[in-house]
Amino acid sequence: MSKRLPDRVAARILLGAASSAIAILALITVFIFREGLPVIIDRGPLSFIAGMRWAPSQGEYGLLPMIAGSAVVTAGALLLGLPLGIACAITLAEMAPPRARTVLKPTIELLAGIPSVVYGFIGMEVLVPFIRENPAFGGAGYSALAASVILAVMVLPTIVGISIDAIEAVPHSFREGSRALGATQWQTIAGVVLPAARSGIVAGVILGIGRAVGETMAVIMVAGNSVRMPHSLLDPVRTLTANIALEMGYASGAHAQALFATGIVLFIISLALNELAGRARRRRRVTQTVPEPTLTTAETRAELLGGDNAPPLGREHFA
Amino acid sequence: MSLTPHAQTARWIRPLATLLCVLAVPCCTSSRGKESERGGVVLAGSTSIQPFAEQWAEAYHGGRVTVQAGGSTAGIKAAHDGTADFGMSSRELHASEAEGLVQTVVARDGIAVIVHASNPIHQLSLAQLRAIYNGEISNWRALGGDDAPITVITREEGSGTRDTFQEIVMGARVEIASNALVTAYSGGLRKMVAEDRHAIGYVTFSQLDNRVHAIALDGILPTEVTIASRAYRLQRPFLFLTRGAATGSAAAFLTFVLSIEGQAIARAEGLAPVSAP
Repeated sequence: MSKRLPDRVAARILLGAASSAIAILALITVFIFREGLPVIIDRGPLSFIAGMRWAPSQGEYGLLPMIAGSAVVTAGALLLGLPLGIACAITLAEMAPPRARTVLKPTIELLAGIPSVVYGFIGMEVLVPFIRENPAFGGAGYSALAASVILAVMVLPTIVGISIDAIEAVPHSFREGSRALGATQWQTIAGVVLPAARSGIVAGVILGIGRAVGETMAVIMVAGNSVRMPHSLLDPVRTLTANIALEMGYASGAHAQALFATGIVLFIISLALNELAGRARRRRRVTQTVPEPTLTTAETRAELLGGDNAPPLGREHFA
Repeated sequence: MSLTPHAQTARWIRPLATLLCVLAVPCCTSSRGKESERGGVVLAGSTSIQPFAEQWAEAYHGGRVTVQAGGSTAGIKAAHDGTADFGMSSRELHASEAEGLVQTVVARDGIAVIVHASNPIHQLSLAQLRAIYNGEISNWRALGGDDAPITVITREEGSGTRDTFQEIVMGARVEIASNALVTAYSGGLRKMVAEDRHAIGYVTFSQLDNRVHAIALDGILPTEVTIASRAYRLQRPFLFLTRGAATGSAAAFLTFVLSIEGQAIARAEGLAPVSAP
């Protein structure tokens, strides 16, 4: 069957539009590597990544304090956000009455739509003074703790959304089987549903990590941005993204290259996290191949919802 | 009659493709007009001077004035290359940069050291300020204030305000302590100081307001008069750079900037005027 000419032309045009997205990604990749690699090679990858001092005016570019800063705020965000997120997902997927769900789920998704500068502003106005004035914490308030709390809220929609989809994708027969064996609802959730949904939840968490690592504006506003290895959660920290955003204004020469090189490190972290999330998701197919008629639809749904609908990683790195 | 899948697709593909083409046409053509619009006086450089230069450009009636920001270093380069009529620099030029350029100070910008409005400390010596920023003095008690740790706030690496502060207060060898909080915004820094009773920071003079108070350095408060007379040391010149003396429309604009009217604009915006030559 031969296609008519207008169809072929239209198909070509759309193909061109689609590949332009990939071309842009390729251009960005080439560009940041071209700009950033020279300084990494010049100073040596090890001294760049493991260097303790960042003093562009003296030509010293060590990223370790920023890598540690990103790690600390992300770990803090997970510590706070993970239990909340999973509990939220279990409640919404397994326990909440349908009417509560129809209200709660969109509300949590709405959290993702709040611009990050708003989170940062609330953090600056409410959280930072709270930490500073509260005798239990103290310090200047601008700290890894403040950034972690803000990020915990920001990663909630990612973790909750993907976890709910993963839990819902667990075939109903699993629950029925468990209940038939006399398990309580909690035993069913903890012993059957969560393990079956585990890979999807892990994917959600990894994407949440990506969101936390990539977040820039909200973190800059509350983290204090000192270039120093943090010793406690109350210390100010600077993250990798903050490093770029803070200094890009006036950077030139090797300093600008070093900021692009910071981008390369972020790029690699992003890729690694995406890859990990992808692997976690793919594993589900293997673990759930149980011959059962309703499974096919459930599986398809899992792929549609939890699988490829995940938010893109790291889109704010260079915002 | 039943539609084949392809025919169904074509129904929306064709309008969509047409739409894309229609959208693409103005995108390709619109960028062409700009080049021919050049002409008039072009200023390029320091982002610190940019807002003031725009004020001057707006008030000037002798022709078109275009202001491009890009940093002092870019401004110096633009003056050397002749890509702009004036390069703008908010820092002193190194000897190698100054060669062949005529420097005109068009205004002076003081950098005020600020603390919380309730802070009992009203003056510091440059040496004390250096010790605070270096981390040697970390408690207000050592200076006669409350027994509370000092929250030191600084600007980011590369900022012209920080460069000036580093050069005049810290000197070449002493570094700003790594535990100082860093922000990239002048207004943000002022807000941080205004909200923390134990904070200290520095902002350009025009950012001073009553939520914070300025510290007298070596006994001299930053005011328009002390900055203009250079008695207040923590300050930087706003320079217009030209390769050779300015001529024609550029010279006319420079005359306007240095006129009473031009300098009044600078003062209204919080800069110290240059005394008439």
